[in-house]
Amino acid sequence: MKIAEVAEQLNLKVCSGENGLSNDVLGGYASDLLSDVMGNAQAGAIWVTLQTHKNIMAVASLKDLAAVVLVKGAEPDADTAAHSNDEGIPILTTELDAFTIVGQLYNLLK
Amino acid sequence: MHIHTVLSPCGDLEMSPSNIVAKAKEVGLSIIGIADHNSTKHCALVRKIADKEGIFVLMGVEVTTKEEAHCLTFFPDEASLNSFQRFIDDRLPSIPLDVDLFGYQVVVNEDDEIVEEVPYLLISGLNASIEEIEKMVHALGGLFIPAHINKNKFSVISQLGFIPFDLVYDALEISPHTTPAKFCSLIPGLKAQTFIQCSDSHIPDTIGSAYTIFNIAQPTFDEVKLALHRTDGRYVAIP
Repeated sequence: MKIAEVAEQLNLKVCSGENGLSNDVLGGYASDLLSDVMGNAQAGAIWVTLQTHKNIMAVASLKDLAAVVLVKGAEPDADTAAHSNDEGIPILTTELDAFTIVGQLYNLLK
Repeated sequence: MHIHTVLSPCGDLEMSPSNIVAKAKEVGLSIIGIADHNSTKHCALVRKIADKEGIFVLMGVEVTTKEEAHCLTFFPDEASLNSFQRFIDDRLPSIPLDVDLFGYQVVVNEDDEIVEEVPYLLISGLNASIEEIEKMVHALGGLFIPAHINKNKFSVISQLGFIPFDLVYDALEISPHTTPAKFCSLIPGLKAQTFIQCSDSHIPDTIGSAYTIFNIAQPTFDEVKLALHRTDGRYVAIP
């Protein structure tokens, strides 16, 4: 499934990185510890977090993730969004909390 | 440079300003840094008591950033310290303290009598990013030192994966569980930085259990800053 379809089906707002909306989603990961994400997320995953710091894009790029989903209405910091555009890794946001959006993502991707 | 008082919820009730100074004197420390979680309210009293014993006090606070990275900060005088306290007050979430879960957060006087109980949990993350906090600290002439960066919780590295490349800091703190050489063998890119090692004391018995040597002309804030920046022949060393 493409990021664009995930965004449409789960009503996620695209904040940045539109040029990566055709990325394929191969799985998912949820964590707010970037050291943990660096160690354990798989390439192609859609990553759910509440962190908005620019380091999330460095980690997403390093791990070749498909997209980042921010929860509870969080928006990326300006430098984070710029990095997302450069890398072609979209940042999406939802008003839902992590538990709820992860449940929806799981059902959609399983 | 990293001592918690009884004001920190995790600080032992024995960590009153007078007890801390007495213990510091007993173990032979000539400079101590007071860094409670998200509060500066004991610094002035510790300095007043320590002055009489010839111990210099760095007044500061261990802030929790929005990303939940702990960072040590120190300020040159009470005016800048109080300005930073107001910055914290505006950004600390109002989560009521559950004493049974977290412990007491009390301010005491010179006679160890409780004069104030802080009602909001002091270990919460401030609503400010690590960069916003760093800029505020430096604008006030303070020192900014990411805390226990080798630890796998509440450190800038655990929370953000690595130290943001453009983050400005005066030194990096490592916990007593490692050494600069060991730590830098894992992250060689940090080899050129100034490291300090501190006890992170929450109980009197650990005060002085880890320390950093400052090679300076006299114990003042400015000299400490020179040493951290290895300027004018000043430097720090971890024994």
